[in-house]
Amino acid sequence: MRHATEYRDGGLARRLAARISAEATGQSATYRFMEFCGGHTHAISRYGLEDLLPSSVRLIHGPGCPVCVLPVARIDSAIRLAERPGLTLCTYGDLMRVPGSRGISLLRAKAAGADVRMIYSALDAIALARAEPHRQVVLFAIGFETTTPPTARVVRLAAQMGLENFTVFCNHVLTPAAIQNILESPDLREFGRVRLDGFIGPAHVSTVIGSEPYAFFAEEFAKPVVIAGFEPLDVLQAVLMLVRQVNEGRHQVENQYGRAVRLEGNEVAKRDVAEVFELRKSFEWRGLGQVPYSALRLKERYGEFDAERRFALRDVVGRDVPGCQCGAVLRGVKTPLDCRLFGTVCTPETPMGSCMVSPEGACSAYWTYKRFRTGPIRESAA
Amino acid sequence: MKPGTFPPLDLHHGRVDLSHGAGGRAMGQLIGQVFHRALDNAWLRRGNDQAALDIDGARLVMTTDGYVISPLFFPGGDIGSLAVHGTINDIAMAGAEPRYLSASFILEEGFPLADLERIARSMGDAARAAHTVVVTGDTKVVERGKADGVFICTTGIGVVPAGIEVSVERVSPGDRILLSGSLGDHGIAVMSRRHDLQFEAQITSDSAPLHELVRAMTAVGGADLHAMRDPTRGGLAATLNEIAVQAGVGMHIREAQIAVKPAVAAACELLGLDPLYVANEGKLVAFVAPSAAAAVLAAMQAHPLGRDAAIIGEVVADSRRFVQMTTEFGGERMVDWLAGEQLPRIC
Amino acid sequence: MCLAVPGKIIEICSHDPLLPAARVDFGGVVKQISLAYTPQAQPGDYVLAHVGFALTVIDEREAARTLEALREVAANLGGAADAEPALLR
Repeated sequence: MRHATEYRDGGLARRLAARISAEATGQSATYRFMEFCGGHTHAISRYGLEDLLPSSVRLIHGPGCPVCVLPVARIDSAIRLAERPGLTLCTYGDLMRVPGSRGISLLRAKAAGADVRMIYSALDAIALARAEPHRQVVLFAIGFETTTPPTARVVRLAAQMGLENFTVFCNHVLTPAAIQNILESPDLREFGRVRLDGFIGPAHVSTVIGSEPYAFFAEEFAKPVVIAGFEPLDVLQAVLMLVRQVNEGRHQVENQYGRAVRLEGNEVAKRDVAEVFELRKSFEWRGLGQVPYSALRLKERYGEFDAERRFALRDVVGRDVPGCQCGAVLRGVKTPLDCRLFGTVCTPETPMGSCMVSPEGACSAYWTYKRFRTGPIRESAA
Repeated sequence: MKPGTFPPLDLHHGRVDLSHGAGGRAMGQLIGQVFHRALDNAWLRRGNDQAALDIDGARLVMTTDGYVISPLFFPGGDIGSLAVHGTINDIAMAGAEPRYLSASFILEEGFPLADLERIARSMGDAARAAHTVVVTGDTKVVERGKADGVFICTTGIGVVPAGIEVSVERVSPGDRILLSGSLGDHGIAVMSRRHDLQFEAQITSDSAPLHELVRAMTAVGGADLHAMRDPTRGGLAATLNEIAVQAGVGMHIREAQIAVKPAVAAACELLGLDPLYVANEGKLVAFVAPSAAAAVLAAMQAHPLGRDAAIIGEVVADSRRFVQMTTEFGGERMVDWLAGEQLPRIC
Repeated sequence: MCLAVPGKIIEICSHDPLLPAARVDFGGVVKQISLAYTPQAQPGDYVLAHVGFALTVIDEREAARTLEALREVAANLGGAADAEPALLR
């Protein structure tokens, strides 16, 4: 596949890794870089990139998976919506297995009779609404800035068509807000529990928002940011660039993913989003708690397409499973292995929290790619 | 199939969901905790896809299958040809020669007769081409909405030649793992016809009867051919994990040796699927004693259905029963059971 | 939040202002993708598609630069300061 396979050359990867090894010697101990994109978590695991990197370089998984940061209460609301007669909930596949407070997921709710339909694109949801005018169709919209413009476009379409049976349950969240939250967190600032030397910036979020927004973090917190594509060679090149910034005492925004990311991002997409959405004053993120100005909701003039309004949804406080460390894992404070539920009660078949359900979640990645290397295995043989 | 180690099913309040049919751990758990418990006997405990029966000295193999595929017609076949090939393959995986099939049809009220006729003809063609006969059958009709067009349930009977002892218990550390060809063709071909996913691809299902390929393999391998299985629902990953658990061994495979057609790989990328978990209907994986592996491989490659055959790895001693893979990158990863139905993902 | 796949535009199939669309070839699999956010894209262009929408047209020159930078770094193992194209944005 053009523009993909070239960036998966194993031989080149090993040589790049050797280069990183040669240069990652500057500091006392380790170079710690947080990646902030579910696609990066997945690529790092799937290609075993940590196997290639020297032990002086550590990659930390941050809250870059929108499925993982969605609080339990929102899943509960989605399930309640889906259980309403005459209502069809459209959802991306990623969300089907995330457990809610009652221990059920959308998949289980579907088994019990709720009308849950999996979609590939927001356009599928609106097509469904047009095809079934007698049903209320709700798009369960999640995602960072990559997935938000498509939702905006379908809301505009719905408005143009005067669709009366289509609404959006909006859970779109913002990347810079999450980065800020991490950098300002007590774990980082006060307790020194997490030391971060830089960020691997998200790939496709950046195609939309551009490389501009990261300049603030680089300056304010004096941390380098390198935006990286999510093929393995992209990630390795970005790591090398970060190591060099650290060695040279720089903290700038660099763009490794020049073939897809521009300084200003995608203006048309940004305009659509600004047209349809506005900032919520606060939004709860799993693991991070309430984060100010970190999420979006529909503007007043598109209020008729807001599912929370039409169905008078009120968030009940969701309950995480006791012992679930998804929050700490999402903040990079703990690894999945530090969670006593990992591999015992919490497995991909019986996920206790979203980090295990989503293939981008740190726990899921650990389970698939690292479990066998940790010594005594939690899972007892069948 | 032995169940995995996780919380038991809630038999009082639980419900069947789609993951129970996906070929992964959940399905294994359902079979173990509901069916095996109720029906318990030596054959079920062995965990093969077919049962080896000794009837007055004749070594027979019996298998049964249900076909609920949707859509019914897909590039490279339909539910009818699939039913014949799939049943033949379960017999063949025991090293047996398929002889007789039965077919039971559950028809949905309103199903077009033209489509039914097409399916029936397809089954007849497939059976004749494989030199087997559908000797008995049954027909039921259920109300509109209760059967997705048509469901087909089959049974197959075959005869095991002398000197052939193919069963999962024979898998041992050191055995070479042979895969007959490319992964994912069937699953992607079917998905390309699914209304909700809407993509075009020049991919045809690999649905085919494997008994002649197996015959070529047993002729060369004899008793050194320890076990075979066809990686259908849940893909190669499910099959290898099943066998690892049943035989009490570990496995180590190499991604570089696993063939995936470019268009299949592209479709998997697009949908966020892993070819290791996508269904196949014309492929087999075989466990062969090291001394015979090269010869069996050559025999496979000489057959049209095994041209892309390769040795993809070996069986190792491992009490944890892990299936591990060296990636093309040189890294190591687990090839775990599928967690429920593999769903297209966006992130 | 990133699963985006590169594909080549084969033909534009709709010029509707809100719903422009094209048939895009992803390495042998063809799917209809919305060009809402890449209205300037033409047949022959490569785009990155996410949830049915093209997010950006891939810049061929930048891609070539990236690949070249990768190969240079890999080739100069143990060498002095590598010639590195300015990737600052």
